[in-house]
Amino acid sequence: MTINSELTISFSPTHRLQWEEAQNRNVILYPEGMVELNHSSAEILKCCDGSKTLKQIIDELHRKFSTTGLENDITHFLEIALQNGWIKQP
Amino acid sequence: MAGSNNLNITPPRWLLAELTYKCPLQCPYCSNPLDYAAHSQELGTEDWKRVLTQARKMGAVQLGLSGGEPLTRQDLEEIVQHARGLGYYSNLITSGYGLTEERILALKAAGLDHIQVSIQASSADLSDHLAGTQSFEHKKQVAHLVKKHGYPMVLCVVIHRENIHQMADILTMAEELGADYLELANTQYYGWAHINRDALLPTKEQFEEAEAIAQAFKEKVAGRMKIYYVVPDFYEGRPKACMNGWGTTFLTIAPDGVALPCHSARELPGLNCPNVNDFSIEQIWKESKAFNFFRGFEWMQEPCRSCDEKGKDYGGCRCQAYLLAGDMYATDPVCSKSPQRHLIQQAIDSARETALTGNEKPLVFRNSKNSRGFF
Repeated sequence: MTINSELTISFSPTHRLQWEEAQNRNVILYPEGMVELNHSSAEILKCCDGSKTLKQIIDELHRKFSTTGLENDITHFLEIALQNGWIKQP
Repeated sequence: MAGSNNLNITPPRWLLAELTYKCPLQCPYCSNPLDYAAHSQELGTEDWKRVLTQARKMGAVQLGLSGGEPLTRQDLEEIVQHARGLGYYSNLITSGYGLTEERILALKAAGLDHIQVSIQASSADLSDHLAGTQSFEHKKQVAHLVKKHGYPMVLCVVIHRENIHQMADILTMAEELGADYLELANTQYYGWAHINRDALLPTKEQFEEAEAIAQAFKEKVAGRMKIYYVVPDFYEGRPKACMNGWGTTFLTIAPDGVALPCHSARELPGLNCPNVNDFSIEQIWKESKAFNFFRGFEWMQEPCRSCDEKGKDYGGCRCQAYLLAGDMYATDPVCSKSPQRHLIQQAIDSARETALTGNEKPLVFRNSKNSRGFF
């Protein structure tokens, strides 16, 4: 599954992204399951608020972390996220 | 002596709250203990809130609200609301029986995350027969309502010899109902399923045929529906890593407040499982004899003790070892390395013979009358 660059990306309404104090990390919660996220994955998912396209998300993360060259990593991760149903496009 | 060493204890992640043993259904494979009717005391609302708060503080994040039928608790919404406030992801595990649209909305408002509805078969007559209650059409309506109100919908079908021939229809039904997840739970032979095993355990050919159908379907619906396939361990060569390791992840609280390392552990002798009325969750998890009993590897016998896979499957299921080999320290008999593997073959042969001769004893349904015969 690939990301459609024309469409916005939102976090799935049937999953929950949450900070877990006991685990000192963000997790995705869904029926009877949990995925533990590293810091960068969580930052990418937090940008998926339904108002931005892939390019806008990449731009925002580049700006936020004062860096460049993350296009491939972000795109690759979001494709995995889409396959797993963590994010959706209209 | 089983572990008294409480170093390296990981925090609980999963809390299974069995709110009640009351249930309008009578499924003959129910995992509740046979003598459930002897434990009719139920924790009150404030007790459950305290348990949830204490377990959450330790790190529990997934909450299963189960039973019996949890909908029979009038305080379910209040418990759900408390759980949501604490940050749990709450899963309602229900037969759907008696669930109205009004209550689905009230639970949603209280912060419930997900509803798992169980259906017994793909046809009304068989589903109603297995449930011991006319409920099939209502369950299908409930599944539609669950979807309508934005919950992820998990459909759970327990698979056994009475319904395994319906596998293709069960999959079609799941698709028509719009299930996001389908749990195909091959019956695990504890509790009521254990005593009904000759009538419930499918033959190897039936398993293989059903599994092939499910596998093909899984590929067809990839991306739309996730399938959880609970493995039929009698036909596997290796035991399941039961509960992800004893006292590592899962905490079950029975309706009367007894804390269990797994929901069948009540059947094991001499564990003296502690009650949340007497101890905090932290004391129970870290210090109780029951939760330390099978932690680590010290308790193991051969061939587990020197097995290079013991870190993967922890010797399998303690309850199965007890039920089948009569020794809760034994290697799970489903393991091909177990000196008692022949017990599994005997069970398979016995069920097969029953199936082929049509010489079946009637199913023992799970109800209070039958339960009272076990204590």
